[in-house]
Amino acid sequence: MIRSGAKLVENIFDAESIEQIPTRNGYGEGLVEVGEKDSRVVALCADLTESTRTQEFADKFPERFIQIGVAEQNLATVASGLASYGKIPFIASYAMFSPGRNWEQIRTTVCYNNVPVKIIGAHAGVSVGPDGATHQAIEDMAIMRPIANMTVIAPCDVHEARKAVIASVAVNGPVYMRFAREKTPVFTTAASPFKIGKAEVFFDSSSSSGRSARLDVAIVACGPLVYNSLLAAGRLLKDGIRVRVVNNHTVKPMDEKTIIKAARDAGAVVTVEEHQVMGGMGSAVAEVLAKNYPVPMEFIGVQNRFGESGSPDDLIEAFGMGVKAITGAVKKVLKRK
Amino acid sequence: MNHLHDKKIKFLEEKANAIRQSIIEELVEAGSGHTAGPLGMADVFTAFYFHILNHNPKKPFWEDRDRLILSNGHICPVQYATLAHAGYFPLKELKTLRKFGTRLQGHPHKDTLPGVETTSGPLGSGLGQAAGMAYGARMDNKSFRVYCLMSDGEHDAGNLWEGVMFTGKNKLHNLTGLIDRNNIQIDGMTENIMPLEPLREKYEAFNWHVIDINGHDFEAIVGAVEEAKAIYEKPTVIIAHTIPGKGIKEIEFDYTWHGKPPKSDEARKFLHELRTLGGKIKSEHE
Repeated sequence: MIRSGAKLVENIFDAESIEQIPTRNGYGEGLVEVGEKDSRVVALCADLTESTRTQEFADKFPERFIQIGVAEQNLATVASGLASYGKIPFIASYAMFSPGRNWEQIRTTVCYNNVPVKIIGAHAGVSVGPDGATHQAIEDMAIMRPIANMTVIAPCDVHEARKAVIASVAVNGPVYMRFAREKTPVFTTAASPFKIGKAEVFFDSSSSSGRSARLDVAIVACGPLVYNSLLAAGRLLKDGIRVRVVNNHTVKPMDEKTIIKAARDAGAVVTVEEHQVMGGMGSAVAEVLAKNYPVPMEFIGVQNRFGESGSPDDLIEAFGMGVKAITGAVKKVLKRK
Repeated sequence: MNHLHDKKIKFLEEKANAIRQSIIEELVEAGSGHTAGPLGMADVFTAFYFHILNHNPKKPFWEDRDRLILSNGHICPVQYATLAHAGYFPLKELKTLRKFGTRLQGHPHKDTLPGVETTSGPLGSGLGQAAGMAYGARMDNKSFRVYCLMSDGEHDAGNLWEGVMFTGKNKLHNLTGLIDRNNIQIDGMTENIMPLEPLREKYEAFNWHVIDINGHDFEAIVGAVEEAKAIYEKPTVIIAHTIPGKGIKEIEFDYTWHGKPPKSDEARKFLHELRTLGGKIKSEHE
């Protein structure tokens, strides 16, 4: 059942009536909020100001907005210099270009310098849709995760995106946040808990019985696909399969305690992310579990291929990240227990 | 400050010579590293740290200090030697260059060593950072200046030209670039590897003020920096024509010395040459 402490919306399983907003809007809202509170916050953009939702900040604080042009390497290096001086720069582009095109500048001048640059990767995942594979970043977490000093966050909806942006200011170092282009369900609320590095249990079939009932499978998800994972959990419960869904928004540093507990309680894990299964959140979970509590795992995500044009919903289904694919993975992993 | 007294010039010449000796000592001890570039830039570094910069080696993080960004981090032996001679850390620490546990990393790392303003080594990224600092300073009405020392070879990199464009667009006149125009890079002569000329016209086309100087002439170095301070409508770049390996006759102009250190017998010879100014004086160490 939905965990009450998660304070999710009431109509969560009513896919028809649930509100749909892109997570990138949460960046725009959060950025203006932190800009109002902290004069050190500056925003840089590489010619995608409206699309990355940097526009409202740019209109409100024109003296703190810096247009870099289509030059993502310079986006990172100018931000590094601003941060070395004492500013807190947010740099925004499509994830494919930042951190896709400026990886070395992010590694050397942001992470090795350990300066507080916040990197906003908009249009992450295949749900970018019609633009096709060139604009669908599905490797971004894999390239950000191994860099020392870096924090990596994949917010699940617009509220969580806003909270992540606000919380990132308190991290005295680099943070990478990935956002989606397309409208996705708004299923958390302003009151839902969010803390960087703390995974949240959103759904737990064992909690309804009043005693510590056994779990069958834990689903560990991040990004908007947390919603599909919750829908899958609801359907699985009807089949008598008891599932816990963990919203693992902070991919690095990972909340190992919550992940290990989920593996221990359930004995099998399915990870769900809109990213290549290699090097992403699922791989990070596997690293933690292989060392601490190995259990059978299945990985929902892009399976070693490029994206393509299409409608977001069709692509999520076609790439095996829909609700049916998740329930299928759960049943598959159950057989391996 | 525009005019340097003879006494000051002599002081700077002696400092530069001592720094060159330290470079050779560092490199022979390390057993790897770059030789030609550091020797060629010894005069520029001396001019900055012993005359131009508003800095305090005892307070390396002083908020209003001038910032000197070294973009081509591989010439760090000259930066380390100069910082040590200026009093940022003990001279004897120069012997730890490139060794395990050292603060003198093979390429400079921000904050590890006092006075190193940023990490560098991967080429072409310094100017963007310098521009970010200069932009931030202007936002806060700070009056410190930002200097970015670059190599000519790193002008092959796109990131550098992105920085040139950004700095020109924003008229960051509190930023002054200085290019070590020694015409060599690892694989050979710059004009063979990837021609940079007409370099002056390229910068002018990006709305920079350009000054060409002899990079071994202290009056010219100081004079160019003074001129840059007086230009308010655009940033300035100083193209400092230097001799790679300057100070040691047998390696001057030889690009094969770009990326290798001297062996111990060569170092002895080179140090003798520096101490006697090419045989012009009798070394006190003889």
